[in-house]
Amino acid sequence: METILITTVTVTAFTGILAFLLTLADRTIANYGEMKIVINDDKEYIVDGGNTLLAALIDEKIFIPSACGGKGTCGYCKVKILEGGGPVLPTELPWLTEEELKDKVRLSCQCKIKEDMRIEIPEELFNVREYQVTVESIEDMTPVIKKLRLRFKEGEEISFKPGQYIQLKAPIYEGNDEEVYRAYSIASPPSEKSYIDLIIGYVPGGIATTYVHKHLKVGDTVDINGPYGDFCYQDKYDNEMILVAVGTGMAPILSILYHMKDQDIKRKARFYFGARTPEDLFLLDELKEFEKALYDFEFIPTLSRALDEHNWTGARGRVNVLLDEHIKNPDDKEAYLCGSPAMIDTVVEVLKEKGILEEHIYYDKF
Amino acid sequence: MIELNPLVIFFAAIFTNNMIFSYFLGMCSFIGVSNEIPTSLGLGQAVTFVLTFTTMLNYIIYHNILVPLNLEYLRFIVFIISIAAFVQLIEMVVERYFPNLYYALGIFLPLITVNCAILGVSLFMVIREYTFLQSVGFAVGSGIGWTLAIVAMAGARQRIRRTKLPKGLEGPGITLIITGLMALAFIGFSGIVQIQ
Repeated sequence: METILITTVTVTAFTGILAFLLTLADRTIANYGEMKIVINDDKEYIVDGGNTLLAALIDEKIFIPSACGGKGTCGYCKVKILEGGGPVLPTELPWLTEEELKDKVRLSCQCKIKEDMRIEIPEELFNVREYQVTVESIEDMTPVIKKLRLRFKEGEEISFKPGQYIQLKAPIYEGNDEEVYRAYSIASPPSEKSYIDLIIGYVPGGIATTYVHKHLKVGDTVDINGPYGDFCYQDKYDNEMILVAVGTGMAPILSILYHMKDQDIKRKARFYFGARTPEDLFLLDELKEFEKALYDFEFIPTLSRALDEHNWTGARGRVNVLLDEHIKNPDDKEAYLCGSPAMIDTVVEVLKEKGILEEHIYYDKF
Repeated sequence: MIELNPLVIFFAAIFTNNMIFSYFLGMCSFIGVSNEIPTSLGLGQAVTFVLTFTTMLNYIIYHNILVPLNLEYLRFIVFIISIAAFVQLIEMVVERYFPNLYYALGIFLPLITVNCAILGVSLFMVIREYTFLQSVGFAVGSGIGWTLAIVAMAGARQRIRRTKLPKGLEGPGITLIITGLMALAFIGFSGIVQIQ
């Protein structure tokens, strides 16, 4: 009996003293007090010190893109810390290029706030929110491309620039044991704030595309956050627009076209769309509608693998070849490209050869 | 127990009684963090640091609290708690007051709380009835020995990075095989000193 008492008391006292010491330390040593964060030399926030910068910004409802949830394993949550970040930590180094190190780019999930900070983040991140949305419809566009309509909760809405994208969370499902975020461009009009459309192609083995194509059903809820991206409609000029896309790259272009229709923008626009066979073309009725409704718009699809049996009367070959034929005078043209890196690289080359200024070529590679 | 010079124990702990190669203790961080030499060196330093101080702390606790109360059999739970609390306290202090040290090894501290080499040293100290100085020699030696092992492993892994390996052996598989080969090589030291 006595031994039981002694052991219990000893262990309890020992643990108790340590717990007391740790609590004391947490209140004093680990208490950094309130710190000031200045963002873009404009907005000021007072936050609790000792936290990571990412966590503090999320508390202030500023969503820095992050896929791993602050574990330092995705490298997405980069921000510029101009003052007060301390030296770069070994856990950040694998994610930063030499140029980024020079520009004071850091991983916000690894930097703790121990002094007042001055940081720089892209302005549009102030607009980024997390949403839980409901799948309203899933439509087959082609055998491998689906269109999703995601409806926001009552009272919630999104405002985005035509051309921007959101991140969709693929949850854990059978055959996938990690949550991942993947970026998809918004295909719906910016004036519709209560839903967004996404156009998602099936990539064999892709975590998010497999989820969307094989598991997602109408009525399911999904988590998204956004909007992100600086690929968007530019209203500085009113010169001719060259729109180029392949496959699901049509999504941001559609949003831009809807925007032009809604705002009644009187600009000449040509949309060059590359596909393999007639089966890969989609939303042809909508594009016909645009041709009627817009000021001066033409949809020019080109097929790289049209066979005789397809009876295809339109253009043939890849988009870069088509552009080479179609663009005569380069002056005063603006180009918007969305598609695979290979397509964009070759098209940018053609456009530059034609004399279109590099700063008038906007693109979104995926 | 033969009276051994603490210095002898120190060298024995590095070469003949290496924590990794003789006892296979502290394997999880040894396998997990041995990808790059600088990182493994940082972790090794942190292990040495924590080992030295927790062993001293546990020596005092064991001989001044547990032995007088005849509670030697509680040493497992007491050692584990004292190591965990010490590591956490040290992390807070280092992070606040020694920023440079924190950037060098502070981020590894949480990894070490659960490193069995640290508990192992405290337990060996008790089993082998070391004096205070012998315990310190043993702890510092074990830490340096562990560092030597992980840095050597990181060096080997950096060299085989571009080598084509059978799929099943990638990562931990080949690391364990290399560890075994290194352990065989370390047997070559066994004639120098012997402690048990």
